[in-house]
Amino acid sequence: MKIKFSQILAHIVLILGVLLMVIPIWLSFASSTHDTITILKEGMQFGLGDQLTRNYNEVLNEKGGWSEEVTAAKMFINSFIMALGIATLKVIISAMSAYALVYFRFKFAVPIFWLIFITLLVPLEVRIFPSYKIVSDLGLTNSYTGLVLPLVASATATFFFRQFYKTIPDELLESAKLDGANSWRFFIDFLVPLSKTMIAAMFIFMFVYGYSQYLWPLIMTTSEEYWTVVMGMKIIFTESYEGVALPRTAERFAYIILSMIPPVLVVVFLQKWFIKGLIQTEK
Amino acid sequence: MSFLELNKVTKIYPNGTKAVHETSMNVENGEFMVFVGPSGCGKSTLLRMIAGLEDITEGYINLDGILINKVDPSERDVAMVFQNYALYPHMNVYNNLAYGLKNRGISKEDIEKKVNEAAKLLQISEYLQRKPSMLSGGQRQRVAMGRAIVRNPKIFLFDEPLSNLDAKLRIQMRLEIKKLQQKVGVTSIFVTHDQVEAMTLADRLAVINNGLIEQLGTPIEIYNNPKSMFVAGFIGSPQMNFLEGELKNKTLTSEGFEINNVTSDFNGPVILGIRPEHMSQTDKGLINLSVDLVEQLGSDNLIYGEIKNKKDFCFRCPGSQIIKKGSKLSLNINDNNYYVFDKSNGNRVN
Ligand SMILES: Nc1ncnc2c1ncn2[C@@H]1O[C@H](COP(=O)(O)OP(=O)(O)OP(=O)(O)O)[C@@H](O)[C@H]1O
Ligand SMILES: [Mg+2]
Repeated sequence: MKIKFSQILAHIVLILGVLLMVIPIWLSFASSTHDTITILKEGMQFGLGDQLTRNYNEVLNEKGGWSEEVTAAKMFINSFIMALGIATLKVIISAMSAYALVYFRFKFAVPIFWLIFITLLVPLEVRIFPSYKIVSDLGLTNSYTGLVLPLVASATATFFFRQFYKTIPDELLESAKLDGANSWRFFIDFLVPLSKTMIAAMFIFMFVYGYSQYLWPLIMTTSEEYWTVVMGMKIIFTESYEGVALPRTAERFAYIILSMIPPVLVVVFLQKWFIKGLIQTEK
Repeated sequence: MSFLELNKVTKIYPNGTKAVHETSMNVENGEFMVFVGPSGCGKSTLLRMIAGLEDITEGYINLDGILINKVDPSERDVAMVFQNYALYPHMNVYNNLAYGLKNRGISKEDIEKKVNEAAKLLQISEYLQRKPSMLSGGQRQRVAMGRAIVRNPKIFLFDEPLSNLDAKLRIQMRLEIKKLQQKVGVTSIFVTHDQVEAMTLADRLAVINNGLIEQLGTPIEIYNNPKSMFVAGFIGSPQMNFLEGELKNKTLTSEGFEINNVTSDFNGPVILGIRPEHMSQTDKGLINLSVDLVEQLGSDNLIYGEIKNKKDFCFRCPGSQIIKKGSKLSLNINDNNYYVFDKSNGNRVN
């Protein structure tokens, strides 16, 4: 069989794309197996070094922070809890609010939808002071609830769920009704299973969103116990050298590699549904 | 008291469309009622009001002695088969049938028994584990029927359930629905705009036009005795021929012929209706037809031609009779089987 020129071209483009994605990760990983001196002297490394166990061991177990109380492992757990909370609640809340908007033709449903949609223009960073004020008045600083709660409303997810529900034919609701399903049963027995690919996709997006939050945890937490991965990246693994804080570069690379694991795991677990959700809606 | 009673039921949609006007009718227990009428006449609206999927603007509906105007559809104990079947895409056939029973809190063993029974009746037992997307149109149709039957509801509602099937399957399913209904004996209302379907299925037929019931009766009654031009034109295939004419002192003059002793006291412009199958060839007949076109259906021939000013006049004769294009036929009306309608309002006057 003759291979077409366009096929070769397509493969070249795809391979270049893959390299573009993989090389930085590989560089980080390779660098994380050397010691800091090598990296500072010779730059990032392409080949593997011999410091892998030492670096990763240190990252996971060394206590860092100002009061030397928090470990990287603890920060991973914090971030994981925060991201999990945000993603779960965001999906539940937006699926339910979209349900209300689409299926209950109450007055002002459309204006309310647009109101929700407009909040896209007001991300957390813009309303960070009022949000902080409210959360601190509620006494929720330095708690998981405080980390999660202000981020659980999602206009994006509400929008996607709404658009999806609108494609579900009315007859389905009608025949479910005649089969004795009430509103709650229709949601649980029909909309949830029908939108499970959508739910998986939204969950992944929202998990990554929650995991990479920086400013909010930074403001919210004074106790190191609640530090998250992204905050830690800036703060820990420095070494005092003649009064200047120098980064311990090798450990930091190890830290970066480790910090990628939770979102990657989520994607791997939900990947089957996720891809389906992006390509087609199962109907 | 009848099983289902509609009393001056009116539907006005929020946008002002008046879809059903003060409709009253009774449906008896076990009866197969068919609503037939042209597109947009309000058949579906009427059916959906009985199901509870549309609010009733005015009037009352009683089902089995209970006023159901305000009863939620889930509590009415009616089952509906939709045009596109509306099967639950994420459930297999078994669960499609079982879902309504589960919601009624019926025990697992009973559900299994009932589903298997219904599946057997409809010959879908082999497909119970399949999803609807893996079924053919006819099989989906059966599942939709099964979902209705399995609950043993007070009434079955069908909204053009056969219109998505091909012609052959349609005739087959039509027969099966009729047999099934007779076997199960559940009161049924069937909506269609196909008059053959209507005639073959119905115990009684309601011909609906513009949100009004024009005539209610058994198919044969309606075929033999249409009350208006609309009903006469709608029921019967090929369609009744309509000729313009004038009725004066019991004598009807039309398109070059006269009919005497018309049983009517009406005087004035009328429309004469003659069914294609109610004529036969004779030597010196009333009507002289010059043939333009012959359609041979095998058992019958449909002859189209011209009489004086009227084009496409249709005459039906047995397929054994050989008639050539261009020939001239002389026809008589059998047994005074003709209909006279007031031209101004379409009402029957003979
Ligand atoms: N939701 C609605 N809002 C406003 N008008 C409607 C609505 N549904 C139907 N109508 C109107 O009501 C009238 C009756 O509609 P209906 O669906 O009952 O007709 P039908 O007899 O079932 O026609 P078909 O044979 O095409 O299904 C039509 O004029 C239609 O435009
Ligand atoms: Mg309809």
